[in-house]
Amino acid sequence: MNVLLPTVLEPVLVGSGLFDFSDYGELLVLVGNTLAAGFALGLLGGLIGIFVMTRDMAFAVHGISELSFAGAAAALLIGTSVITGSIAGSLIAALVFGLMGTRARERNSVVAVLMPFGLGLGILFLALYQGRSANKFGLLIGQIVSVDGPELGWLILVSAVAIFGLIAIWRPLSFATADEEVARAKGVPTGVLSVIFMIILGMATAVSVQIVGALLVLALLVTPAAAALRLTSSPILAPALSVIFAVVSVLGGILLALGGNLPVSPYVTTISFLIYLICRIIAISRKRHQAVLAKTAE
Amino acid sequence: MTEPVAVLKNVSLNVGARRLWSDLTLEIAQGEFLAVIGPNGSGKTSLLKALLGQLPIRSGNISVLGKRPGQANREIGYIPQQRVAETALGLRGKDFVAFGLDGTKWGPPIRSKTQQLQVLDALARVDAKGLADVALGEMSGGQQQRLRVAQALVGNPRLLLCDEPYLSLDFKRQQDITNAIERYRKHSGCSVVFVTHDVNPLLGIVDRVLYFTGERFALGTAKEVLQSKTLSEIFGTKIEVIRNADRVTVVGIPESQHGHHELAGRE
Repeated sequence: MNVLLPTVLEPVLVGSGLFDFSDYGELLVLVGNTLAAGFALGLLGGLIGIFVMTRDMAFAVHGISELSFAGAAAALLIGTSVITGSIAGSLIAALVFGLMGTRARERNSVVAVLMPFGLGLGILFLALYQGRSANKFGLLIGQIVSVDGPELGWLILVSAVAIFGLIAIWRPLSFATADEEVARAKGVPTGVLSVIFMIILGMATAVSVQIVGALLVLALLVTPAAAALRLTSSPILAPALSVIFAVVSVLGGILLALGGNLPVSPYVTTISFLIYLICRIIAISRKRHQAVLAKTAE
Repeated sequence: MTEPVAVLKNVSLNVGARRLWSDLTLEIAQGEFLAVIGPNGSGKTSLLKALLGQLPIRSGNISVLGKRPGQANREIGYIPQQRVAETALGLRGKDFVAFGLDGTKWGPPIRSKTQQLQVLDALARVDAKGLADVALGEMSGGQQQRLRVAQALVGNPRLLLCDEPYLSLDFKRQQDITNAIERYRKHSGCSVVFVTHDVNPLLGIVDRVLYFTGERFALGTAKEVLQSKTLSEIFGTKIEVIRNADRVTVVGIPESQHGHHELAGRE
């Protein structure tokens, strides 16, 4: 089943404004699988975002997503599955960044060198591709509603594997992130863990590229976690909030896009940005409140 | 006589091509407090790394808690010199200390009531109960340092390796840390290897002192090692040890041949 939003909605949208929620019930049935994949990605993005923040990986995520785009573009050109290509590109990039740049500064320069190269390759592949141009643009700005049934199944499976893997390594990974030297001395296999983490990050990025597009991946893998960490430092509450923020952003984005004639991505990025903004404001007012309390206590 | 906690026989250590020290033979007894002092770059931290199995030795033999170095690290408490990571960590003081209990275990960071109480108890031992719910990233270097001590103690180690735990602590906090470690040592019979620039806060409790210089070392009680004669011999130049109201000051340490200027001991 190919749920291409523009074709489905065309009759509805003709003559309408930005939104039109008539026939919404029928549409919901059509996008059931899409919502499931969006939910899985929200879970994964919210969880892994905590480590993207604490391990200072935001720039690396951006780099991985551009190389994921290059992989997807190559797959489009040779006529294989775009998702396979995007996962392959992500994993290669994640492993290269993980192995070549163990320190943040080294890693940033490796990312900065490889990212434009990957993006250039992607543009080359797209230029050589003769097929529908909507597919081309979709890779950069998101296209989940154009992903069909079996491929959605793949997205959900990849997300599930990544989520379980991440939860399994959670505690030693956060020990190694906070204090690598002591963790290593205590027997945490820090090198192996960071490679496993990069593989999971590669999977998460590849899935996100399908939904919000290569250019906007950070809205799901960084923004929700950044917002949650503004509110709490609890290692249980922060991931929980981050997951809620990410799920709300993805599902909210998909549901709003159904009623309008815009792609999913701007809705997702706007919701996640608004959540971040609100969290910052809460954090600031909380600090003021504490300062006032401290003053009155004196 | 109980088994020694660590045994070093004729150990030599290099970092790259540079010889740090050679032919060190040392038995650390159960419950012993060993202070390791000497100029920067003289191989103090490297001794700890060798005991942890993180730095291969050039020659000789080391066993730690009856095993090869690195094999018994779960029973070792380690307080390294570096600060913890600076980014927003999503961890509070108590979460950081809890890693000393279960940081190597797989799965999500969920802890039982008993474990939470153990963590609070460890925090209390370093007078840091107030830091339990403070975000790690918002703490000063000194506060993080106290948490490191609590993290090392909460795992009930049999050997405690401390690398300059006094850094970024004022005199009062230095004493607090020393007292916490000392109480734990008395109570548990744990051995302590304590690397420091300033041996003065330890003079009342230290059993032996290991004084590294470039390639050579002196080993003995504080009284034996901290003497003008001993230090002049191992440094090969005139060294003055001044004792003044229970404080020891070492004067005349030459600049180490590796370009470090810091002096051992303090005015």
